[in-house]
Amino acid sequence: MDFELNEDQEALAEGVAALCAGRFDIGTVRAMASDGLDRGRWTELAQTGVFSLTRPEAEGGLGMGWAEAVVVFEQLGRALVPGPLAAATLTASLVGLSETATAVETSGLDPVEIGEGAAEGSIVVGALQRCGGPCFVEFAEWVDGLIISDDEGLWWVDAEWLKAADAAPAAHPLDPLTPVSAVSELPQGRRIADRSTAVVWRRCGALLTSALQLGIASGATDQAVEYAKQREQFGKPIGAFQAVKHRCADMITRVEVLRAAVYAAAVTVDGKGVDDPSRSVAVAKILASSAAAACAKDSVQVHGGMGYTWEVDAHLFLKRAWVHDLAFGDGDDYADQLARGLLSG
Amino acid sequence: MDLCYTEDEEAFRDELRTWLKGALPNVGPPPTDHTDLEARRAYDTRWQRILYEAGYAGVHWPAEFGGRGSTPTEHLIFLEETERAGAPYVGVNFVGQLHAGPTLIAEAAPEQQRAHLAPILRGDHVWCQGFSEPGSGSDLASLTTRAFDDGDHYVVTGQKIWTSFAQVADYCELLVRTDPDVPKHRGITWLIMPMDLPGIEIRPIVTALGASEFAEMFLDEVRIPKVNRVGGHNDGWRVTMVTFAFERGTAFISEIIASQRLLADLAKVAQKVTRGSARASDDAEIRRRLGRLEAELDALWSLTKRNVSQAQRTGMVGPGGSVFKLAYADTRKRMSDLAEQILGRAGLAIGDTLDLGELDHVGERLYTLTLTIAAGTSEIQRTIVGERLLGLPKDR
Repeated sequence: MDFELNEDQEALAEGVAALCAGRFDIGTVRAMASDGLDRGRWTELAQTGVFSLTRPEAEGGLGMGWAEAVVVFEQLGRALVPGPLAAATLTASLVGLSETATAVETSGLDPVEIGEGAAEGSIVVGALQRCGGPCFVEFAEWVDGLIISDDEGLWWVDAEWLKAADAAPAAHPLDPLTPVSAVSELPQGRRIADRSTAVVWRRCGALLTSALQLGIASGATDQAVEYAKQREQFGKPIGAFQAVKHRCADMITRVEVLRAAVYAAAVTVDGKGVDDPSRSVAVAKILASSAAAACAKDSVQVHGGMGYTWEVDAHLFLKRAWVHDLAFGDGDDYADQLARGLLSG
Repeated sequence: MDLCYTEDEEAFRDELRTWLKGALPNVGPPPTDHTDLEARRAYDTRWQRILYEAGYAGVHWPAEFGGRGSTPTEHLIFLEETERAGAPYVGVNFVGQLHAGPTLIAEAAPEQQRAHLAPILRGDHVWCQGFSEPGSGSDLASLTTRAFDDGDHYVVTGQKIWTSFAQVADYCELLVRTDPDVPKHRGITWLIMPMDLPGIEIRPIVTALGASEFAEMFLDEVRIPKVNRVGGHNDGWRVTMVTFAFERGTAFISEIIASQRLLADLAKVAQKVTRGSARASDDAEIRRRLGRLEAELDALWSLTKRNVSQAQRTGMVGPGGSVFKLAYADTRKRMSDLAEQILGRAGLAIGDTLDLGELDHVGERLYTLTLTIAAGTSEIQRTIVGERLLGLPKDR
């Protein structure tokens, strides 16, 4: 047993952090709010291999494990890189997710083509779980299609449908970097994968989302700590006061517990663990839901009045945390799942 | 990152499991009377002797000092398996095994090591800890129990508190003030005090749980030979800190495993207790709280493995231990709250489960109060995390 990042994983994290610092600094990311998803930058991101991480090598992907994907997604989450990131990586890995991930109906694009496009960044895919309407769909104006998961499998909905359905863009999306459009009811779509694939899809989607949330929790914490060291009141840095210091300690505590859960889930999905993968991912998503929002709220609080302004980034962490909470099953869903396991045990 | 165990680690686990299966049936149940400390000592030291004879005493101690010299991961497996199998706790052997012993290994003279280490491993000697004082809790270094120099002896007068199991201990690891005129950390000395010396008076302290393993200890001109000093004169604070560096991320393994068992039992209780017209487990909010706690305990188990892995690589855990303790105490506190809600009127007595479950959730509720206090309060831990891990400025 060695539950520390290996050298390659550390190098990967550093590489992606450098990429984000160079190409997705917060100023650039904020500027994206005005024009939704920048397809040029999306392709650029695809070219770094971010979406091909878990795509099989035989398909031209990097053939890495979910542990590596999680390390990368943590950095993307931290940098608040916008876009349907988890959906892209999942779609690019679709052919490898399950042996039965073949097209059930073969008219139009098949999963192989969609996967290729997602890996290259030429096709942008949104992902959501089937839900009743009305609801908002993320990046509806920018995607080429949606993959909806439900108990029966995965369903492809072409962008044409969204246009035909007059999906109305919201003037003020909760997260300014996650544009959304109102949809009165989701269509059935065209079935592209069976139910066992859908189970793995949701599990890996929840895992990647948890990693993004880990990045948010960690980024919000670092920002609050940095501010607490610089901001002075009553003649000393506010981080010297126990009320602030202890809040920061609680933040990093949440981050480290979450980090252990997310890494453990990834390693377990990769088959290098001792537990059940679906249980491990549920644990990660439960903790991610509460920790990301809690750390982001605490960061708002540490920043004081400035924390409630548009200018300071604290609200962006919080809003993204709220968006991610809903992706691939929320904390309450997974808590109920774990409890039912406990009650039947 | 790899959470699978190596072949050697699996072999260690298998061998241990087999041995436990054979050994535990002969051990018998622990004494039920919380106030009978002699019975407690007899039971705990007998188990220590059994471990010793099987080669499992001091699993984490270096082989040259009679231990097994296991890696932190093997120590994790040892603690996990013994707890899962329901083996006795370390109990009265805690200070000897986990604190005084490691201190002697790191700092004591060879003759002191020869005299004390083997008896600790065999369960012959029980140790207690004379660190805290009524006026020195979180601020341990302010301790005032005075030791005067008298030739080849120190003459010690003062008062210690929280000296658990002092009533049945053979030795005490004692911190004394040998120089009151220098900065507080530089005037402390670490002594081995035989508990049969004249001038030692012990009074039990009854805990909120009604148990009496806590004690306070009054020292009146106790003459301790200077050969019992570990480290140099006035060097005791450094000696004490060396011991803390001995932690390998394994401190709460038994607790985590026991907590998982406790939560599983609480889930059983929730299925039997009716609240209003339905079972507690039919309440979606109660179910979610159970599920969240299950997730938190699982994550804490993963964090333990992370800390142990770090110790295995670098030899130390650092502030990761404080992070763990903070999170663990918080999770247990919320487990307590949930137990309180589920039990309702079935929670009005200690140690009587009304056959709703197998474990004493009421006693555990009280025990949980110690988790944010003992071994560094949560407030102190937060300050440690804030200053040492996050680099926030000191406030004093």
